[in-house]
Amino acid sequence: MANKEETTKVENILTRQDAKIPEGPLAEKWSNYKAHQKLVNPANKRRLDIIVVGTGLAGASAAASLAELGFNVLNFCIQDSPRRAHSIAAQGGINAAKNYQNDGDSVYRLFYDTIKGGDYRAREANVYRLAEVSNNIIDQCVAQGVPFARDYGGLLDNRSFGGAQVSRTFYAKGQTGQQLLLGAYSALSRQVGKGTVKLYARYEMLDVVIIDGRARGIIARNLVTGKVERFFAHAVVVGTGGYGNTFFLSTNAMASNGSAAIQMYKKGAYFANPAFAQIHPTCIPVHGDYQSKLTLMSESLRNDGRIWVPKKKEDAEAIRAGRLKPTDLKEEDRDYYLERRYPAFGNLVPRDVASRAAKERCDAGFGVGNTGLAVYLDFSEAIDRLGENVVRARYGNLFQMYEKIVDDNPYKTPMMIYPAIHYTMGGIWVDYELQTSVKGLFCIGEANFSDHGANRLGASALMQGLADGYFVLPYTIQNYLADQIRVPRISTDSKEFDEAEKAINDRINKIMSIQGKYSVDHLHRELGLIMWDYVGMGRTAEGLKIGLEKIAQVRKDFWTNVYVPGNADNLNVELEKALRLADFIETGDLMARDALLREESCGGHFREEYQTPEGEALRDDDKFAYVSCWKYKGEGQEPELVKEPLDYEFIVRQQRNYKA
Amino acid sequence: MEKSLNLTLKVWRQAGPKAKGSFETYKVENISTDASFLEMIDILNEKLIGDHKEPIAFDHDCREGICGMCSMYINGHPHGPDGEITTCQLHMRNFSDGETITIEPWRSAAFPVIKDLMVDRSAYDKIIQAGGYVSINTGGTPDANAIPISKVNADEAMDAASCIGCGACAAACKNGSAMLFVSAKVSQLALLPQGRVEAAHRAKAMIAKMDELGFGNCTNTGACEAECPKNVSISHIARMNREFLGAKFKD
Repeated sequence: MANKEETTKVENILTRQDAKIPEGPLAEKWSNYKAHQKLVNPANKRRLDIIVVGTGLAGASAAASLAELGFNVLNFCIQDSPRRAHSIAAQGGINAAKNYQNDGDSVYRLFYDTIKGGDYRAREANVYRLAEVSNNIIDQCVAQGVPFARDYGGLLDNRSFGGAQVSRTFYAKGQTGQQLLLGAYSALSRQVGKGTVKLYARYEMLDVVIIDGRARGIIARNLVTGKVERFFAHAVVVGTGGYGNTFFLSTNAMASNGSAAIQMYKKGAYFANPAFAQIHPTCIPVHGDYQSKLTLMSESLRNDGRIWVPKKKEDAEAIRAGRLKPTDLKEEDRDYYLERRYPAFGNLVPRDVASRAAKERCDAGFGVGNTGLAVYLDFSEAIDRLGENVVRARYGNLFQMYEKIVDDNPYKTPMMIYPAIHYTMGGIWVDYELQTSVKGLFCIGEANFSDHGANRLGASALMQGLADGYFVLPYTIQNYLADQIRVPRISTDSKEFDEAEKAINDRINKIMSIQGKYSVDHLHRELGLIMWDYVGMGRTAEGLKIGLEKIAQVRKDFWTNVYVPGNADNLNVELEKALRLADFIETGDLMARDALLREESCGGHFREEYQTPEGEALRDDDKFAYVSCWKYKGEGQEPELVKEPLDYEFIVRQQRNYKA
Repeated sequence: MEKSLNLTLKVWRQAGPKAKGSFETYKVENISTDASFLEMIDILNEKLIGDHKEPIAFDHDCREGICGMCSMYINGHPHGPDGEITTCQLHMRNFSDGETITIEPWRSAAFPVIKDLMVDRSAYDKIIQAGGYVSINTGGTPDANAIPISKVNADEAMDAASCIGCGACAAACKNGSAMLFVSAKVSQLALLPQGRVEAAHRAKAMIAKMDELGFGNCTNTGACEAECPKNVSISHIARMNREFLGAKFKD
């Protein structure tokens, strides 16, 4: 018996071999890998098809690079054009270890900052490789004509970002994501023009097709005609972004969804660290129950803005009722709570800390705005110190955006802000080759779990998306495809495709036939509120258990009482949303489950039971220094936990401290 | 201060590309002046769904003015009456109580209607595929600081590159010309040494594709610049014309 138990236990552990981490010193792992990996020769590349789903930074850069190498690429995007993927909305910048500022940066330092920023929950080898290729990304983008900011000497300019002591962030005004995406889009467009990439716009992936244990294609729905179609490839790459819209309100785009991840999960790919989601502290607050999304205000504002709420509850009440203006409140009646709690870092504490502190004040009854769920970000002191013109030069475009949305002039009255879901660090588990636990199925960009641990630093998402697509996947996928050169193109009339398409049509028909009383948005808002209340910034075992029950109720309401108008063999936006919501419900369940399991606080995951006496996150490295991977066991079954231990060979873990 | 509005909407409904479309009139009530225009449409759609009617199809995604997906001709203006913003950033405080608002899709020969307010803008992608890039592969590029670029040129390239490809310029143009869109890309890459190498070929290829796809000619009315949500300047059209003519003279 004892023996049997031990065998089961071993099965649930992913070793370094499972993760395919190369041998050798940290700095040599990627070189060693590349020196020994298998390659595919040019004549064979022409015979191999690769599906890339998604056209964001990861998807577009991968599709373009693979096509340049000579593979046949089929590239899918949900929008009307690949240029509209949500990477376009990233504002701040992209990190790289160029050390152009001569301020002591290096590949090692970027690696170290990223591991530490992730609260020691990322894989060392992956993060080191990310730092290593960061410099190639900048070279690549400049060669494409990306108009990065420059100084008067004509060389590239840099900014500082949170979590670093050096200036290593490259930027293009407040539109860095847009410019990097348009660079990747131009490279992709060049290949589309050459016919090496076949582009499928307004298509949505609905399932991955597995033949003999390997990913061999996808089922996708043409969103214009409603037709469900089949596509074969020798390998499938998914770069469909994060699952932040589980919360309904987030900074993500309306069509951003986690469905591809759930499809992969249900076909055997592990879902890793689903609980790790980043809540960004400076977003424009919710202003009504009709609200459809939340808009981010750049982290850079916290350099000069001071965050506060009224010191007295009666003042907060008067402000909420519109009887008192924030500018009427005397200095001594204001509580600059970040400066009070974190004298050393003040308003520049990391995102997770700032978000939790805002929630704490609002929950205690000191929030402002008509909902009471907002705090002030005040520039009056900066305007007195620097003058309005300097503030305008630094933040003018953000102030304009704020004024258009809120109709308040932030030069005259403080901005109101509140935290919102922004980015998901968790995602599909991948090995060092970015391959999931299903052979031939790869996952890149925000959709995978790989590089950010429990918290992502600013300007690192763009870096990871492009690293995966330009410089990692085009190498590692060949190590897989080298064994596939004898595999002929498989007909999409095969029984596996038949079955996959039938399952999709059954699911669609089931949803269409319910004809209940709730709209999709109604149920999605309900799910969002549950997520925010029980699986949001402050989590407890008790709350998570309630959350799981409530999510189960939403699942039941959805499958018995959703209403989708129109029919399925046509353009039907409500049906698209319904299919995504069904998967968000499963994602929400996984997030709550994972958060309940992880009895520690780290990065964006804060369990109220596990905090220091000062209210800071308390990690438990003895028990939880691992990646929690969830394995699908069938509908209605509990998923199984698989652990990948994070044995740090090169770095010593420490507790983060922002007070002194 | 937040108020609420009662409005009459005249919305273009068209079942499909080949179907005959027409205006439908809807009443919406108690719309907050703090709601965005698209949120107002969301509210109307929820009401239509509640009445078991088909909601209005429209394009939208990021809802923060950068993806370029939202369109809509509102009271005769692409992206509505407010300046320097996309439809998703337009807020209801720009309208008054009791007003009738007319909402149409982009109307341009090269942007056929898909359904209701949704149009097909893939023509813009095809123009970029014809030459809107620098012909380099991944890897093997020189160090990013190897070629200094004057700040003036870099900044002007950035202004041109801020185009979001929404199609408002062609929709606003009485000739249905895509010159502002095409010139923004030609100009961005012509201003940078990396793009200079292929500048002549690029201008010719992109303009030829634009003509082929059924966009009209430019007669310098400036409507494109006035309606561009990102303030892309028509001076880029002048630069593209110089590139194009220079290339043609060399031929």
